[in-house]
This record gives sequence, structure tokens and C-alpha cells, in this order.
Amino acid sequence: MSAPITRDPGFLKAMNIGSPQTRELGVETLEVGEDWALLRVPYKPEMIGDPETGVIAGGVVTTLLDHACGQAVMARIGQPTTIATLDLRIDYMRPAEPHQPLYARAHCYKLGRSVAFVRATAYDRSADDPVATAQAAFMLNSSSARPRGVS
Amino acid sequence: MIGARTSALSPADVLARIADVPYARFLGLRLDLAGDEMTAVLPFHERLIGNPMLPAIHGGVLGAMMEMTALAQLAVSRSAAGEGGGLAKPIDVTVEYLRSGRPVDTFARALIKRMGRRIANVHVEAWQGARGAPIAALHGHFLLPSEG
Repeated sequence: MSAPITRDPGFLKAMNIGSPQTRELGVETLEVGEDWALLRVPYKPEMIGDPETGVIAGGVVTTLLDHACGQAVMARIGQPTTIATLDLRIDYMRPAEPHQPLYARAHCYKLGRSVAFVRATAYDRSADDPVATAQAAFMLNSSSARPRGVS
Repeated sequence: MIGARTSALSPADVLARIADVPYARFLGLRLDLAGDEMTAVLPFHERLIGNPMLPAIHGGVLGAMMEMTALAQLAVSRSAAGEGGGLAKPIDVTVEYLRSGRPVDTFARALIKRMGRRIANVHVEAWQGARGAPIAALHGHFLLPSEG
């Protein structure tokens, strides 16, 4: 039996490149499991939010975490589904290190009929020293709210 | 404005500086000041799209835009009060997605619910066609710059 399509590296790569925003940022999916995904975004000068320190903007962290959470939900569902973020809560622990890639690992810890719940961590050097953590809820099979992913 | 120190940047100067931040330029964010009210404008651009099938603006971009709106409003209010420049830092933010971000211009306004000595609480709403039908909202706490 082959792995579900939403855990296929080619499928995820196509999703990251097919989305103009994640393509512009250079978001890549490094690994994906039954209910989790590990993503990376490189450091780029246009991401800088504080020109004095070269630290990237919080918004880049937000986009990476949102995207990682969505892919963890897709991984757990196993097939392409339209999902919509209901809410996303982010705690910023410390500035990301300039000139370092940023990683995000998201875990879909509960998949219901209508809603999925996800936790995620963003880090640069070590997952034990997070830059930010996130908690999100997604609506499944959405058509009227804020659909995303591959329909 | 009354009480402003001459050493502090004017609100308009503060906004120009924020709009010049590389990430704000990457998004194409514009910050418009009308009296003491600031509106952030995110002109639609293809690179903001998250889902090309619909198409819809990436949820992360909407969160990022509202976060920048909060930071800009804090900087403007501090400048108007004669406080020093510098950007606040987000401590935590909650983003609620209410409607799909259609491929058109997006607007956002921030309301400072409380400005403490070190921490501010800010609410932001983003809308497209109608102000009364917001597409997303953000509630957050921000650490204020310590200088001044």
C-alpha cells in the first residue's frame, strides 16, 4: 500500500509551489508523517521586519505556522480536502536568529468530523528553544468560509 | 501636535519608516493617515495568494497585515503622545478568520484597547468590500519599546 497522497513529497511540493505566497517565501516541506509536518523557510532580506537587527517580521512566522498547521491537517486526513483556518493563536518567545532558516513542526492532535485541532512550534537552531508556538483550529470540508488547500 | 517633543518623529514620519521596512515592502503594504486615524491598505497582488484554485489570499498574509497594522497604530499613537520611536514587539496574537480573502484590495484598522507602560492590548479588523463584513480579526499583546 502506498502512502496517502497528502503525505507524498511531490504532492506537498506542488502545493508549496502552487501557492504564490509560499513560493515567494521559499517554503518547503521537509518531512511529513501520519499527523504531522515539518516545514522550512529560508532567511531572505525581503522578510526583514527590523532593519536594525535584521530579524525577520512576525508575519513570516505567522505564514509559516499557518501553512504548517494546514499541512498537518491534510496529512492526517490523507486525501485532498478543502480546509479553512478558524483561528490561529501565536505566542512569540524570542526573535528568530538573522541569516538562519526557520523551521515549523505542526501536529494535528485531534481530527473530528467537522473540526481539526493543531499545535505547532517554530524554531531556528533547536526545537527545544522555540521562536514561537501556535495553536489552531480548522474547519473541514468548508466551502463557504475561508477555503484553502487543494480542493 | 500638542505636547509633542521636537526630538520625536511626527506620526507621518513614523509611518513612512514602517512602510519602508523590507517585509512591509514585500507585502506592498500602504499606511494612510487621516488625522489621528490610520488605515492600512494591502493592494491586491498575485504573490499574496495562498490558494490559487479559489483564489484566496494566504491566511498568513492576512495575519501579517493585521500585525503590521497594530505595530503601526502603536507607533503613531506613541509618536502623537511625544513618545520615542521604535517598533513594539508582538507577545501573542490570536487571528480569527471570518471570510475568504478574495483577490481584491484589503484594508485594516487597529484599536488600542489599553496602552500600559510596557504592554499594549490591540484589536485589529481587516475588511475588503464592506467595513461591516470583516474578513479577519486579530487580538494581541505587544511589548512596547523601552526608550523614551
